Amino acid sequence: MTPHGRVEPAQADHPARQPRIVAEKVNAYFGTTQALYDVSLTMLDRSVTAIIGPSGCGKSTFLRSINRMHEIVPGSRMTGRILLDGEDIHAMDAVLVRKRIGMVFQKPNPFPTMSIRDNVSAGLTFGGVRNRTVVAEIVEKSLRQAALWDEVKDSLDNSGVSLSGGQQQRLCIARALAVSPEVLLMDEPASALDPISTAKIEELIYELKRTYTIVIVTHNMQQAARVSDQTAFFYMGRLVEFDDTKKIFTAPAKKQTEDYVTGRFG
Amino acid sequence: MKPTIRFRYRKFKSVLLYALCGLSALLAVVPLVLIFYHTLSLGLSAINLDFFIELPKPVGETGGGLANAIVGTLILVGLGSLVSLPVGLMAGMYLSEHGNNPFGATVRFLTDVLNGVPSIVTGVVAYTLVVIPMKHFSAYAGGVALGILMIPTITRTTEEMLRIVPQSLREAALALGIPRWKTTFRIVLTTASGGVITGILLAVARAAGETAPLLFTALNNRFWQTDLSQPMASLTVFIYNYGVSPFSDWIAQAWAGALVLMTMILVLSMAVRIATRSRFGRGT
Repeated sequence: MTPHGRVEPAQADHPARQPRIVAEKVNAYFGTTQALYDVSLTMLDRSVTAIIGPSGCGKSTFLRSINRMHEIVPGSRMTGRILLDGEDIHAMDAVLVRKRIGMVFQKPNPFPTMSIRDNVSAGLTFGGVRNRTVVAEIVEKSLRQAALWDEVKDSLDNSGVSLSGGQQQRLCIARALAVSPEVLLMDEPASALDPISTAKIEELIYELKRTYTIVIVTHNMQQAARVSDQTAFFYMGRLVEFDDTKKIFTAPAKKQTEDYVTGRFG
Repeated sequence: MKPTIRFRYRKFKSVLLYALCGLSALLAVVPLVLIFYHTLSLGLSAINLDFFIELPKPVGETGGGLANAIVGTLILVGLGSLVSLPVGLMAGMYLSEHGNNPFGATVRFLTDVLNGVPSIVTGVVAYTLVVIPMKHFSAYAGGVALGILMIPTITRTTEEMLRIVPQSLREAALALGIPRWKTTFRIVLTTASGGVITGILLAVARAAGETAPLLFTALNNRFWQTDLSQPMASLTVFIYNYGVSPFSDWIAQAWAGALVLMTMILVLSMAVRIATRSRFGRGT
């Protein structure tokens, strides 16, 4: 729970926050294997929700069902409802859902054939935005938001994979921001990065939550404590406990949660 | 520390195997060098400007060239590519991106079977499908025959090359709200373009070197012909006809034709590779 750099400990009080994403009794399957059991969770507007839990507990699966990425795995299916601003995401076109709910993956995955600029603008240009001036503006804005602009502004035409791992991850964040999503899902965004890059990403999350609703999956409990407002603890595909981050890490209601956050298991 | 006998024996085995591998690598390119040297030494004498701009002379007259056959081969391979590229590329995309079902498995199997069909059989099929209804040999028929030959190579290499594109790139694109088909065309295909192009070039090279299917379809032509509904000359058929002839100047021209054909494929491969080279100089 030690805050470092400019990252402040997460604020627990957010009385005016509205529910943005509501998951109701979500069950997810890979073939015959069930990965999630009746998970119900409400994620609030402009706040950071952290999902923690041991490997294989279903936290990534849950994250991927929020933007309907779960369903692209062959043989997968899910039941239950996920509402985005009260609207069932399964009643919407998957492409539109993903435009509103952006995602950052565990490993940085810039498009290797594209320049830094084209990586950031990919979602726009492939989405039909043709106006070069508009695209250039959004590229700069997104790279600034992702705190990468100053490092790459003179090399926008270089390959996206020529950057360092931490820069690549911020490039992927910029790419996700460029399509102006309302929600940002982050699947262990810093687990492949060194401490300095991790700190940068965490600062970024802190900045981004002014505008975006963020859901972050993390293995790193200190990270969850540092960046999130609320924390959900998953275990064996079930939601064990969900509460304000401060409460989860200082006075959890369940013994299982306490054991996990104090490092007794997991 | 003194190396033990066992260590020396292991070292000896390592060196031996290394030498064998190097030798095999050398042996693998020896045929190509021999073929090229042989073709060069026998064909170069018949190569002159006339060979590229003149038509074949009648029997008994010396000189002349194979201009019509050079152009004919280009046209026939072009027609074959026109037939096979759309089908092969899209079939490969289907198999890689959506082909994990019984239909995909069947298509994959049948494509491999088609790849093993002797080219002369393909020629007979094109004869039945195109030549008989048209009542005469034509470049179209040749193009169809070559196209059928090219499809399986293009399909399977496209599939294999798209499959090695990491799933994470597809996910990255889909998560941006890029539709599936655009992801396949603009992200997956672009990322794999180097390998896909290699597959296409292999198919083109194979088609350009085929003789048997053309005997049944495009036949041959000793005159200048660019009408696609008429019989068309090709280098390979000329090489065959001239090569088995009793005239020494024709035989020399056959070697020259072989040399030109090989050079054409080489130049084409290099040109395509340079033209499609990645902007960032990694892979192609």
